[in-house]
Amino acid sequence: MALETIKIAFIGHVDHGKSTLIGRVLLDTGSVPKEKMAEIAKISRELGKEAELAYLADQLKEEREHDMTIDTTQIFFRTRKRNFVIIDNPGHVELLKNMMTGAAQADAALLLLDVNEGVMEQTTRHAYIARMLGIQQVIVVLNKMDLVEFAEGRFDSVAGDLAVFLGKIGLKPLCIIPVSAREGDNISKRSRSMKWYKGPVLLELLESLRATTVPEDRLARLSVQDVYERGGERILVGRVESGSFRRGGEVLVLPPERKAVIRSIKVFGEHDRKLAGAGECVGLVLDNDAGLGRGAVLCGPGAEPPLAKSFEANLLWLAEKPLDMRSEYLLRCATQEGRCSVGSIKARIDSSTMAVIEEDARSLGANETARVTVNCEKPFLVEASGAADEFGRFVMESAGCVCGVGLVTEIGR
Amino acid sequence: MDYLTQLENKTIYIVRESYSRFKNIAMLWSIGKDSTTLLWICRKAFFGQIPFPVLHIDTGYKFKEIYAFRDRYAKEWGLDLMISRNSGALEKGMSPKTGKLECCNALKTEALKNTIGEHGFNALLLGIRRDEHGIRAKERVFSPRTISFGWDYRNQPAELWDFYRTGLDAGQHFRIHPMLHWTELDIWRYVEREKMPVVDLYFEKGGKRYRSIGCESCCAPVDSRADTIRKIVKELETTRVAERSGRAQDKEDAYTMQKLRSLGYM
Repeated sequence: MALETIKIAFIGHVDHGKSTLIGRVLLDTGSVPKEKMAEIAKISRELGKEAELAYLADQLKEEREHDMTIDTTQIFFRTRKRNFVIIDNPGHVELLKNMMTGAAQADAALLLLDVNEGVMEQTTRHAYIARMLGIQQVIVVLNKMDLVEFAEGRFDSVAGDLAVFLGKIGLKPLCIIPVSAREGDNISKRSRSMKWYKGPVLLELLESLRATTVPEDRLARLSVQDVYERGGERILVGRVESGSFRRGGEVLVLPPERKAVIRSIKVFGEHDRKLAGAGECVGLVLDNDAGLGRGAVLCGPGAEPPLAKSFEANLLWLAEKPLDMRSEYLLRCATQEGRCSVGSIKARIDSSTMAVIEEDARSLGANETARVTVNCEKPFLVEASGAADEFGRFVMESAGCVCGVGLVTEIGR
Repeated sequence: MDYLTQLENKTIYIVRESYSRFKNIAMLWSIGKDSTTLLWICRKAFFGQIPFPVLHIDTGYKFKEIYAFRDRYAKEWGLDLMISRNSGALEKGMSPKTGKLECCNALKTEALKNTIGEHGFNALLLGIRRDEHGIRAKERVFSPRTISFGWDYRNQPAELWDFYRTGLDAGQHFRIHPMLHWTELDIWRYVEREKMPVVDLYFEKGGKRYRSIGCESCCAPVDSRADTIRKIVKELETTRVAERSGRAQDKEDAYTMQKLRSLGYM
């Protein structure tokens, strides 16, 4: 079995059964310690309920008493083929920052709907956020099929509604599965009540997911986190975000733009490191490092790296205090940081319906999204890959708190 | 890159982010397997010279093996070891017999509060993992604590990708958790790969071993035949017994851990 762990965010509208489905998956894969099940049964009894599967994920007292997930959590389990982490997320709109915290860490998303209620406000908003966070693999699960007597017609109708929205945001799900989390239909075993469904059951599909990896064809980039002095040498420490760096190789350092040669690659306990590859946190000693520190980016040979003081982005606003075009914010992209402001808001869009609220707006409220122009006080290395990779994604902060999150779409001059 | 190296690199990244943001920082070392792994990785992150104190909260009730291990490796690894004890409470006779919640709170949480007050630390690195307890699974990597040490689990900050929160109000500190993404099994596979030393309480003696260690009075061993790291890995690949099943403070009430943590417990 591969040790690699697949991280799946469970997302969707409040009360559609995310936590219950998690409980079911854990139970069906034999992942629940005996004493845990006994504890759940006891607490459920005390609250006057049947053994509540959702309590396997909802661990806070308040979550159990109010039957709602408040904050994101992570649950580890494994099948014979794979290791998994389920990231459970709250479905309330007020808790969107917690949902995003969870979903941003995922390799894949499982979008859950109550087939009885159909497509709801957070169903579509969460789908949009998954798309925005760059999650490529999305499984759609229509839950509570037992409440609609396992009717194929109801399934087709809700699946059809959802497909229209997903098409609008350019999201193509891997599969749409009808299940009953409570009864265990189509989770690990094929449902006897839904013979009309010919696709894979949920666990089969989970086992087919892949972990996110950095594409190998990317140019070499390293973002500098800090500088340490050791034995009279200055060691730049940072992470290779993509590509690889070779001892003796020439690099372009930004900003300020200058060339340097890698004298040595430092990894504790190794004495002759020649190469540092993507994902590695290493130390580099350069021949020309005066004034370099946190926020510098080292680039390997290849196309001219895009350095910009202005760029276009898709921005999702999270803070209660609306975005103000007259205010300055702290822009963070990889380890780069600097002041920025928003120069134009092309259209304010409701992140659930994708409806335009206002063209050429002056402000952006919580949970609204927009195409904006970001103006920076100093140049940033950004890449308009449209994907949520290190130099394509950013956050905007005010007073040390994240208030907006975005993806770069186009680089200005 | 193999899986354990990925986990290790993520931890190094977080540890270096922490130190680049906060110079007045310390690491908590309980001498257990998780915080010893964190310490091991901190040595890698800082090329063998950890630039901040390593803090042991000593309740006075720890296993003698724990003290021996601490003193040996503090010396061998050249650590700036700082020991924190709530002597006042110990003199007044605080012990698990007074009550598990009260004892943990006085001898661990209060001891830590005193030390933070004395040294003005604004960030602490801790080796907790999401998979060891449902309440710990709710944690952020950078988790702010209020002036009174409270954890506002109802309103945690957004934490997107690697953009950890940096803003702190006066008197607040961060609990930083660079090991959240590791599982118990990952830790043991890593210990095996790295040939890392651990306290020998984890190995079977007379049909029992400790899966989780802390105070001698509040830890019970589990049935086991695992007397080597390899056998521990094998055992964990099939067990359905919870890791902290031998830890008394988790047991008193379903929400003891939530209460302890909201008061500032680790």
